[in-house]
This record gives sequence, C-alpha cells and structure tokens, in this order.
Amino acid sequence: MNRHHQAHQQDRIEEQLRQTLPPMPANAEPARDLWPELLRRIDAAAPEPTFTGFGLLDQPWFDGALVAGLVVFAVSVPASIPVLLYYL
Amino acid sequence: MPEHDDNLIARFRQGGQEAFESLFREHQGAVYGWVLRIVRDRAAAEDLTVETFWRIYQARAHFDPARAFAPWARRIATRAALDWLRARRPEDALSDEMLAAVPAAPAADPALAAEIREKTARAFTRLPPKLRVAALLAVVEEQPQAEVAAALGISVAAVKLRVFRVLRLLRKDLERQGIKP
Repeated sequence: MNRHHQAHQQDRIEEQLRQTLPPMPANAEPARDLWPELLRRIDAAAPEPTFTGFGLLDQPWFDGALVAGLVVFAVSVPASIPVLLYYL
Repeated sequence: MPEHDDNLIARFRQGGQEAFESLFREHQGAVYGWVLRIVRDRAAAEDLTVETFWRIYQARAHFDPARAFAPWARRIATRAALDWLRARRPEDALSDEMLAAVPAAPAADPALAAEIREKTARAFTRLPPKLRVAALLAVVEEQPQAEVAAALGISVAAVKLRVFRVLRLLRKDLERQGIKP
C-alpha cells in the first residue's frame, strides 16, 4: 500500500468517525447548579470534632497538667506508685 | 480567559471556600464542556465536573501559582473522565446520546449509512480509553493538539501516534466486519 493511498484511507476513516460521533456543542452548560453538591462533598469530608465534654481534653495543656498532677500525687503518696503503675 | 489575581489563588490554596467558589463559578462551564467532549453523556459530565472540582480542592496545595489555572483544571478533568471511561463496560459505552441522530449526510442508501455508522461507533468503543480520548479530542472535536497533549500529560508526537493507532485499529475492525473504508 503506497503512502498516498494510506493517507487517503486515513482521511476517510477520520471523516467516518466525525460522521459517527458528531462534535458536542461548544457552549454546553450544566443543566443544574453543581456548587451545592460540591459543597456537600467538602463538608462531608471535613474532620468531625471529637466530643470530649467541654473540650478540655482537646487541649495539649490539659495533658501536661494531668501528668504533673499524677507526679505530685505520686511524690506525696509514694505508696500509690505501684497502684498507678498497675493502671497505666 | 482572564487570569486570577494572586490573592484569589493564595486564598484558594489555603482552603478559602469563597475563593474556591469564585474559581468554580468561573471555570465550571469550561470544565463541563471539556468533559462532555470526552464522555459524551450530559449527566455523567455533570457528575464528573463535580468530581473534577473535588479533586482540585483536594490538590489545592499542589497548585503552582506561577501557572495558569485552566490547563491544570483541564488535566484533572481529563484524568477523571478517563477513570470514568475505564470503569465502564464497552457495551455500556455506547449511549443513545453518542448514537444520536447524525446530521443526515447525503447517502445513496441511508440504511447502509446508518449501519456503517453504528459499526464504526461499536468499533470505536472497543478501543482502549486512552486512545479513544485522544481521537475524540483531536479528531472529532478538533481541539489543538498541544492542548490535547497538555490535558493528557503527553507530548504532541504521542497524541499524533495515538490518533494514528486509532485510525489503523478502526480500519482493521471495520474490515473484519466487512466494511471497506
């Protein structure tokens, strides 16, 4: 098959394809407002706040204060150390 | 298409919802039109437009503000559309919309012309999605090859190669069905 014939055949298949699948309208717009759906996805993916009563446990300082309190308690009452270690 | 001020892009990258909505309102039509050219199904194109902007929102921190927003969005939209095409079975790919009445071309035998069109469409749906997308955008929709290449993340030469492969595979498939193009 020579190059000219091949190019001609290629053009015909291209034309056949265009006739089979006509181009879509250039100025097509969505039929509905898509923003609310997108907003729902964004909201659904937002991390859920963890429920911790008054939110105290969310604070890093609260963790520190709890550890400090335990240390003070252990120093004040050395007999409690084995009990604390058992529960930790 | 107007480009955006740095402030809008900066607010978008930081997750600002108002900035994102501005970008969405400005670009949704172009994204929808681009996706529609690939999937050729209006309802699917709407869903994929939402999916595209969802991916854009998730990837906002990776957007390079030195580049234009529209080509970036088009590339993400193309990937979403390709994923959709890959997830479909070939027999489902031929929607009624795809086979919608073609502008009546003068033909000696309209029934034969319709049969050829249907066989061509079926042969086309049997092609791998990445080849189909290149042919749809470059041949059917006659989009600039550089734009198609950027959207697919390949070179212009690769787009030409994919189109060439599509035409060759189509010719072979049609010949097997007894149609000589």
